[in-house]
Order: sequence, then C-alpha cells, then structure tokens
Amino acid sequence: MNGPHDLGGQHGLGPINPEPEAEEPVFHGDWERRTFALTLTCGMLGQWNIDEGRYARERQHPVEYLSNTYYENWLAGLQTLLVEKGLVTAEELLSGSAEGKAEGYRVPDVDATRKLLASGGPTRIQSDLKPSFSAGDKVRVINQNSLTHTRAPRYTRNHTGTIEFGHGVHVFADANAQGRYEGVHLYAVRFEADELWGEGAAGGPVYVDLWEPHIEPV
Amino acid sequence: MPHDGHDPSDPPDDLTLRVQALESLLVEKGLVDPAALDVVIETYEHKVGPQNGAKVVARAWVNPEFMAAIKEDCSAIIDQEFGYKGRQGEHIMALENTPDIHNVVVCTLCSCYPWTVLGLPPVWYKSAPYRSRVVQDPRSVLAEFGTTVADVKEIRVWDSTSEMRYLVIPERPAGTEGWSEDKLRALVTRNSMIGVEEAKLPETIL
Repeated sequence: MNGPHDLGGQHGLGPINPEPEAEEPVFHGDWERRTFALTLTCGMLGQWNIDEGRYARERQHPVEYLSNTYYENWLAGLQTLLVEKGLVTAEELLSGSAEGKAEGYRVPDVDATRKLLASGGPTRIQSDLKPSFSAGDKVRVINQNSLTHTRAPRYTRNHTGTIEFGHGVHVFADANAQGRYEGVHLYAVRFEADELWGEGAAGGPVYVDLWEPHIEPV
Repeated sequence: MPHDGHDPSDPPDDLTLRVQALESLLVEKGLVDPAALDVVIETYEHKVGPQNGAKVVARAWVNPEFMAAIKEDCSAIIDQEFGYKGRQGEHIMALENTPDIHNVVVCTLCSCYPWTVLGLPPVWYKSAPYRSRVVQDPRSVLAEFGTTVADVKEIRVWDSTSEMRYLVIPERPAGTEGWSEDKLRALVTRNSMIGVEEAKLPETIL
C-alpha cells in the first residue's frame, strides 16, 4: 500500500539528531521494554507472521504513524492483531478486563521462549524453482499500487536496475502478509542514483531486495 | 524521538498505563507468561548487542578466509564460530568496506536490522528522517554523524526490504598492524557496522 511507512526519498522530515552511541539506552522507558516483549511473546503464539505484523503497523492513519514514536507503532500494531485474530475483543481492550480465559493457545514458557528466540524464523526455502534472472540482467520494477502490504519500495517503482546477485528462494513477503505462504526467488537489485532521483543526483547506488513478482525483464 | 518533541525518557503517563493494562489483560487471559516477558527483555537488553558484531569484524580483519566466508553466508559461519544465531539474524550477509566502496544500511519500510550481531536498532535508525534521506542523499546523512567519505568512494546504500540482513565490515584502521582480535574489537562501534561512521582510530583508545 502507498502508506506512510514507505519513506525512502520523502522530504521535510527534519534532521536525524542521533543520540551518541555510548549514551543511548536499549529502551527509553519501561513501557517500551514491555511493549517490545509483549509483541514478541504474542507473536510466538503463532497466530500471525512477521509480514502480517508489519502490515498491521502500516495500516494506521498516516498522521498517527508519523507522529507516533517507534514503540507506539508497535503497540498499535499489536492491538490491531490481537483483535483481528480473535485473541481479545475490542471491549476487553477498552475495559482492560478479561471476559474469560483464552483457550486453545500454546503459550510459550521460559524455556520455549528461549528456544524460539534462538531458532528465529528462517525464510529461505530449499526449492528446485529455477530463477528467471541472473547477475547482470536488467530489470524494471513493476508499476503497482497494491492496496495491501508490499516490500517493493515506492521509490523503485517503474525504475530500471541490475541484478547484483540472487538470494535463493524466500517466502514472498507480500503474499505472506495476506496469510499465503509462497516461495519465490529473491534478488539484490542495484539502482543507480541518477535512475532513481534524476540526473546529477547527490547519492550513490541503492541496493534493494526484490522478489520475482516485483520485477520484469527489460 | 528527538525530532518530534517527545522527551524519550519521559513518556506520557497514559502510554505507561495503556501498556500496563494490556499486559495485565493478556496475563489474565492466559495468553502471556510474565516470566517469558522477562526472558525477552533480558536477552535484548543485556545479552545480544553490538559487542557480538565487533567480534565478527575483528576476526574478519585478521582472517581473510573468514572475511570471504561471511560475505557469502555470515549467519552459518558466526553460528559455527561464535554461537550467534536467532531472530532477525537468520540470513546475514557481510558487506566489506574498501578504499573504493563505503556501504551503509537502512530499512526504508520499517526497521529491519541484524539483531544477533547488533542487538536492537537505535532510535535514529528507526526514525523517519534517517529512513527517508539516506537512500537519496547519503553524504549529508553521514555528515550528521561527523563522517566524511572521500569523493572517490562509491557510497552504496542497502535497503533491507527482505529478511536478508546486512552487516557492514568497516575498513581496518591504519596503525593496527599486529593487533590481536581482542584489541581490535575496541575499535569497532555499532555505528561503524551500520555504515554511518568509520571504525575508531587507534589513538582514540590508547
């Protein structure tokens, strides 16, 4: 979707003002700590995948998304998913009190949580699928205005790049966000600065990971 | 975040209350084990962090075979050699900075970052100003970090749009010949492994 999260090339968002590395804490306040941990542990219930998680944050009103701090967006995404997936009701969320116990979920305890953190969630898939492109091929990013989640950034749309290398077959994020588990070839694609931003652009090449459905031969 | 007027150390009270209410609701419903929350926090606040990545970089600096291997499949090698594995580190590739090439990493769409080697991302990495600007004008972004990259170098920006994760291997500073991995590690900062800064110079730690 053409959402507020798709920020590459946007202007007017101000200076970066980085906190000095040696002084920056991992979390800025206890509510961030709890929001982070709640998001991860609820994710471990297996009711949604990482792309559905991202899509839930992106679907907020653009004004909300851009004025929220980072973990406020996580909190909003978590609440959306909890209700949409039927783990809690909107009324429970509002009142803060449970209307009953949730049944039928496998809730990870301490040991299971440690194991899940260590195993992660690999997205590369062993597959005999042949890649359509190889290093050096010219490709154009399709002109799509998907109303749902896509990992092809808007600033690459309709632009021509060169396949730098293939990453093998990975879970296709755009489909995964809709609950469809599909493996397709993923590539690192190099775009020259002039191609993306116009002649005389200040920057250098940008490398973007794109899946086969995002690109077409030139 | 600094750019939007929030004081990060002083969140609004209602936010604290909302998160507390959500946590107690989820515990009451039996959807969350409170002890599991503590495991998650402990892991990312105290165990996983850029000290991991610094070990990887120091080894790459002294061992060319290791450097070559992590540019292909960093995740497999660092699991083998250091036991670094897990969430948001499943598919890491190392990007080597050279006299001709300077790499810098971003996630314009969210906040993708190699947790197993760098921990959780800093606020600026997740912020709209960084995500919007670095793809179009990396030099001005690096200047905000006090970093000047020679004009002859190509600055390559890597947008982490998939589950591939990128770890920058900064150039080894001159004057560190013969240094041990342990000593070299102290020169490797988090920001140098994202690519917004160079590694520290030896005189800054002596």
